Amino acid sequence: MHPVERPPEAGLETARADRSALTPACLHIYGYMLLCILETRRQGPGSPLQPTGGQRWEKKSSGRGLEIGIMPHKNDVIVEFVDVQKSYDGAVLAVKDLNIDIRNAEFLTLLGPSGSGKTTTLLMLAGFEALTGGNILLKGESITKVPPHKRNFGMVFQNYALFPHMTVIENVVFPLKMRKINKAKAQEQARRALDMVQLAGFENRKPNQLSGGQQQRVALARALVFEPVVVLMDEPLGALDKKLREQMQLELKHIHERLENTVIYVTHDQSEALTMSDRIAVFNEGVIQQVATPDDLYEYPANSFVAQFIGENNMLHGTVEAISAGECSVMLDTGEKVLATSINVDGVGSRTTLSLRPERLVINPGPSNHPNRFKAKVTELIYLGDHNRYRVSLAGNDDFVIKLPNNEATAMVKEGDEIEVCWHSRYCKALDWVTEAGGLGKDGHKH
Amino acid sequence: MALQPYASKPDRVWYYAFRIYCALVFLFLIIPVLIVVPMGFSSSRYLTFPPPGFSLQYFEEFLNEPKWVLAIRSSFAIGLTTMVCATVIGTMAAVGLVRGKFRGKAVLTTFLISPMVIPLIITAVGLYFLYSQIGLVETFPGMVMAHTVLATPFVVIVVSATLHGFDRSLELAAVSLGASPVKAFIKVTLPVIAPGIVSGALFAFIISFDEVVVALFLSGMEYRTLPVKMFEGIRYEVDPAIAAVATLVIFIAVLVLTTAELLRRRGERLRGIKP
Repeated sequence: MHPVERPPEAGLETARADRSALTPACLHIYGYMLLCILETRRQGPGSPLQPTGGQRWEKKSSGRGLEIGIMPHKNDVIVEFVDVQKSYDGAVLAVKDLNIDIRNAEFLTLLGPSGSGKTTTLLMLAGFEALTGGNILLKGESITKVPPHKRNFGMVFQNYALFPHMTVIENVVFPLKMRKINKAKAQEQARRALDMVQLAGFENRKPNQLSGGQQQRVALARALVFEPVVVLMDEPLGALDKKLREQMQLELKHIHERLENTVIYVTHDQSEALTMSDRIAVFNEGVIQQVATPDDLYEYPANSFVAQFIGENNMLHGTVEAISAGECSVMLDTGEKVLATSINVDGVGSRTTLSLRPERLVINPGPSNHPNRFKAKVTELIYLGDHNRYRVSLAGNDDFVIKLPNNEATAMVKEGDEIEVCWHSRYCKALDWVTEAGGLGKDGHKH
Repeated sequence: MALQPYASKPDRVWYYAFRIYCALVFLFLIIPVLIVVPMGFSSSRYLTFPPPGFSLQYFEEFLNEPKWVLAIRSSFAIGLTTMVCATVIGTMAAVGLVRGKFRGKAVLTTFLISPMVIPLIITAVGLYFLYSQIGLVETFPGMVMAHTVLATPFVVIVVSATLHGFDRSLELAAVSLGASPVKAFIKVTLPVIAPGIVSGALFAFIISFDEVVVALFLSGMEYRTLPVKMFEGIRYEVDPAIAAVATLVIFIAVLVLTTAELLRRRGERLRGIKP
């Protein structure tokens, strides 16, 4: 189907890095006792961290039949993280007081830069990492003391992790064999799973005879064949090339829509997250910054980190002068006044960073009474066919980017032109203050 | 690395000089071994080189000689038993050393492979005095134990190398699919590292099969191994049949090591590493 692809060098690098990060996890498989000891200490009698999910999870019976008797309804909370903490060295927290409810049948993406705690969170859910504190509930019951092989989650790894000594069908049958399912039935089920990922006819190949994309399909079939309620995916498309990755994103999304299982997907690729997810949890420095649908995340970022991390973003810095009815007036450091939507500001007199999406800007609006009008000089024009990108200097920001559709009006603008840029206060978000370098200026959204 | 069309004269000189040098090193290493082979097929009654003509007389003689047949049988019995013991102990040690996280791991590793670097004669004397205290000298278990001591480090090294190349996420995947850690090890890890274990086992066999110093101290009349017998053959009788025996031993060693190498390549292919 596809020519044999070798993952790009960069992919290998990350795979290797991830593997070294997994090493403590591996220890855990054998050191399961340790986890129990840690847990008992944490969860001792009278501990404030007792599971609280009992009331939230209502056991409802349903006509839909998995081998598990009770079927959760859509949008019920299926997995809960309660004040989860993780430290690898006992000093620095890789995950800090994590709380998130994961709903049944949703596609939730954990998105963040490397080292933000997203993979650690997934590994804790899978049972490969012990919790330092807090609790994880599955259907209202704590699973922190359930060993990973009894958690019944499907898992897909970035480097496929197919068993090289088994054929494709043997790989897919493996989880069924572990569940002691009758041989004929298991074969039948495995064939159906392979059919679903469009690999019928590849049953007797060995993994090394398949391309990267095909190998990941086998891994997917293997993780889905035993109908797990929750499927965990750790950057599963990271080793594939761009075109194949985009094709697989849609395929994954469609499979998820068809099977209606819960998918928890880890990636650092924001376009991947936006393409596939029902909801996205943005991680930074071990803290969830925002959990929202892809459009909310893009249109209504809760803080500067999210605004910077998702999509393109222009930043302006200033001080809040007045707040009223959801809007605030900001005095920029360069002296201009801006009217913005007040999202994450501490009050009058506090420092703020304004966030503006490049495609929400208007140039040369002609006579109108826009409150936010700025003179700017086009320093660079990048022609991209369907749209143009203009780099301008505006209010002291030399990297201010404007993205405009390529039409007759915008085609007039040339490099070096003096233009007028304006925007509606609705598209200008006043967020927490960050320094120019992108570091966090205040601790507003950190704990 | 063929000679490039733009190669200058010094380049050409260097190119051929390098090749000749490599050939000389190779001959230096291989001639002492190969010289024995034609002697084994000699038609002369004495050990001479070059042989005046060829015949299979020594092979016939040595296969009809009970002392040689007995020695071959002892060598194989001791070698195979040593192979099993060293492979089991060595593999378990390698798993512990590669996977385990504990203080003094490096020290323990060095300690485990120390029999490789300590002069054999010292190990031999030590084993002789220890085993004579507990009645193991000139016994089959004594020989096997002594050879296991020598062979285990090789198994540890070969299996450790294989385990280092083993992708731990395979095991995590197996566990996530419902296999208990023990089952994951048996169903996934062992089959994948099997070529490494087998080549470690073959090394262990060859170590025991070729070993002469410890065997001189410990093997009695009953379990006299082939190398010991050969040594005595040279030392006391100058028996020309040893050239034939040597040819046979070389053949077995080459066969075993080729198998080990082929297995190693197969293992790498399985793990997706290009040879």
